[in-house]
Amino acid sequence: MTVVTITHDPYQVHGLEVTEHPGPAPKRIVTAYGFWIFILSDMVMFSCFFAAFAVLSGETAGGPHGSELFNLTNVAIETGCLLLSSFTCGMASIAADVRNRFWFQVAMAVTCALGLAFLFIEFREFADLVARGAGPSRSAFLSSFFTLVGCHGLHVSAGVLWLLTMMAQVVAKGFRADILRRIACFALFWHALDIIWVAVFSVVYLLGSGT
Amino acid sequence: MLGKLSWAAIPFDQPIPLVAGAVVLVAILAVLVWVVVRGHLPYLWHEWITSVDHKRIGVMYTLLAMVMLLRGFSDAIMMRMQQALALNSNGFLPPEHYNQIFSAHGTIMIFFVAMPFVIGLMNLVVPLQLGVRDVAFPTLNSVGFWLTATGALLVNVSLVVGEFARTGWLPYPPLSELTYSPGVGVDYYLWALQISGIGTLVAGINLVTTVLKIRTRGMNYLRMPMFCWTTLASNLLIIAAFPILTATLAMLILDRYLGFHFFTNEAGGNMMMFMNLIWAWGHPEVYILVLPAFGIFSEVVSTFSGKPLFGYRSMVLATMAICIISFMVWLHHFFTMGAGPDVNAIFGIASMIIAVPTGVKIYNWLFTMYGGRIRFATPMLWSIGFMVTFIIGGLTGVLVAVPPADFLLHNSLFLVAHFHNVIIGGVLFGAFAGYTYWFPKAFGFRLHEGLGKAAFWFWLIGFYVAFMPLYAVGFLGMTRRMQHYDVPEWRPWLLLAGFGAILILIAIIFQIAQLVVSIRDREALRDRTGDPWDGRSLEWATASPPPVFNFAVLPDVRGEDAYWAMKVHARRALADKSETEYQPIEMPRNSPTGFVCAFFATVMGFALIWHIWWMVIAGFIGAFATFVVFAWRDHDEYQIPAEEVARIDRENISERRDMVSAAGVLS
Repeated sequence: MTVVTITHDPYQVHGLEVTEHPGPAPKRIVTAYGFWIFILSDMVMFSCFFAAFAVLSGETAGGPHGSELFNLTNVAIETGCLLLSSFTCGMASIAADVRNRFWFQVAMAVTCALGLAFLFIEFREFADLVARGAGPSRSAFLSSFFTLVGCHGLHVSAGVLWLLTMMAQVVAKGFRADILRRIACFALFWHALDIIWVAVFSVVYLLGSGT
Repeated sequence: MLGKLSWAAIPFDQPIPLVAGAVVLVAILAVLVWVVVRGHLPYLWHEWITSVDHKRIGVMYTLLAMVMLLRGFSDAIMMRMQQALALNSNGFLPPEHYNQIFSAHGTIMIFFVAMPFVIGLMNLVVPLQLGVRDVAFPTLNSVGFWLTATGALLVNVSLVVGEFARTGWLPYPPLSELTYSPGVGVDYYLWALQISGIGTLVAGINLVTTVLKIRTRGMNYLRMPMFCWTTLASNLLIIAAFPILTATLAMLILDRYLGFHFFTNEAGGNMMMFMNLIWAWGHPEVYILVLPAFGIFSEVVSTFSGKPLFGYRSMVLATMAICIISFMVWLHHFFTMGAGPDVNAIFGIASMIIAVPTGVKIYNWLFTMYGGRIRFATPMLWSIGFMVTFIIGGLTGVLVAVPPADFLLHNSLFLVAHFHNVIIGGVLFGAFAGYTYWFPKAFGFRLHEGLGKAAFWFWLIGFYVAFMPLYAVGFLGMTRRMQHYDVPEWRPWLLLAGFGAILILIAIIFQIAQLVVSIRDREALRDRTGDPWDGRSLEWATASPPPVFNFAVLPDVRGEDAYWAMKVHARRALADKSETEYQPIEMPRNSPTGFVCAFFATVMGFALIWHIWWMVIAGFIGAFATFVVFAWRDHDEYQIPAEEVARIDRENISERRDMVSAAGVLS
């Protein structure tokens, strides 16, 4: 970046020192930047579901309340899986940075396994609730609970699908520039889901299990 | 096998939608046959449908908007005729059909006319104004366009297969819940908007990234043309607001499809939450539409006054202020729904405050014109018509922002007149100004001035004749969305409004004629220099239509009004003589991804509306497979050799040199 003093231009105010914009950013930056913005928009969407949950969490319509439904041990295991998967996802990014295919695939596979474990536990929780007559149509509280947590679960499922696609891509194409960009976006996505889960964990489960 | 779909879905007993649908179908088939017979199909496929060029996508967005304007307007004129007739009688539209018409009119005009029109113009112009070769994500851009087209298609399919929503342009629960709207109408609305909403979000992400990350050298933020600033503000709003719409509609979908209780009357549902959520999107949406229009007026007023924009920095500040305040006023859409005096007062004051930056803008345009050498070309006429009309709309807006006044005017035709006053006078006039202003840039020839001026005057006068009576009849107590009425005092006003709608119809006929005549006389209207209006920003520094790479050499910007400064320099020093070193240019390859994705989205949307579950799964697999195939491409770019770049650029430079010397540089 150069600093140029311009005094001859009729449209330059005051003749002050102006830092010239260096021109279009490289593709790597542009892609990640765009993806960050997508994640922000996704967070806005989640915040609506959080808001709906906050509004409706007391509306149990005579049905069960959160404290009667949630099993915090289960949730703790779920949380452990997801946070650990974020760590292994980070390892996969490092492996991609040093172009190590073997460790990349190992780390991605572990991430995938942890993600699937998370989804399995969540699915079991949902099935159990429905079996106990506490399905989403029971009350507005349960509607908003299933939507918020389920939306996160859908994101994780999409993430797993994406993860497998990336593993296949690296097998087929290696660490090409465009594939590295996609890996970076995937990592952003996966970590963002963790952040959202921390909020779900605190707002839904921790606050919800209190009386 | 086919879910809820059966022959009963085709409205054989209702002649109006059936005939309209048949006419549209015949028209589409005729165009298709013509395209195939004349052998244009490969050209259309390779050059347009699969194009990832921002200019082509911008043109397609605009075309979609103009076609849908015809559909939305035919709804409008039917409503005006119905209300003109329906004093103590049923008119010619049965109530359930009338309800569909006003719902479709609002939905189409906002989502499939105003939105694609402004997004199309932003797509076409912003990369050119920033002095770069493309947007940040060209293929995603194409996906976004085709998803928007999918939404438009689904809304139109509802004309013939099934029905459209009868719930108004925003489907308020509990009316929109399954209990009270058991048909597929609301489902058409929901899925059409979910799909096109994804398209809009994609466009927003794309344009924000473009403005923030892809600018030519020296294009500092405070040197960007005003239209780039308003594009940035508008697309930031898209990113912050459209996810709210997606979430809200998703909740309604869950209520309708899986028996959830977000907005129902039973089991603790809260319908006021819908009002809050939908307007937390809906009010920013108003500014998503009008901010780009403000940008267009800024460009037009400055160009046709021959002066730089007055108060550029205050304009930037006003734009960003509107961008933020627009998220703090949503409650004024339902003052009457029990929020209480304190909350109403706060939102009333916030709503009045937002008029301040808008006022700043109006003064800036006026001062830009003051002392300028004004040319009254068609885009300038639209701008002046806008200023007068929009001020009236803004003032009635401040009026309804006063909660006690709103209690009297809420849901009356006064309100209908107010928002048409700002949307037609602001957004639509802006879109038409931009359309006339940038048409020569997109196609290399101007639009016919005489017919354009005729269209303008009929639109302007037609607008006043159509909507001023609605203010009056609103004061007389007429509520909106009435299929018939029994108050004779309203009749004369409604007849007058109907006459205004006919004037607007004439205006639209003039616009169609303008396009046809201009295409016929394109050689006479040809612009060879690429700068037909003596423009001030970088889009005019390249040929019309611009080459696929926009600029042979990325311009180096050294101030506001970048191109104007270049022209001044060129005239002083005849600097255009210098021979440039040309480099080969990499451009993204065209891709059918967008079109194929939209095809599967259409299948999925239609299947979801009619509960055809196997087809939903097939559509989803198809869409995912498309993405994987796209991701598997090995060559996503192609190279334009340096000689080709040089040839194209030199041609344009020699035309420009003729223009500069014709302008009397040597004297």
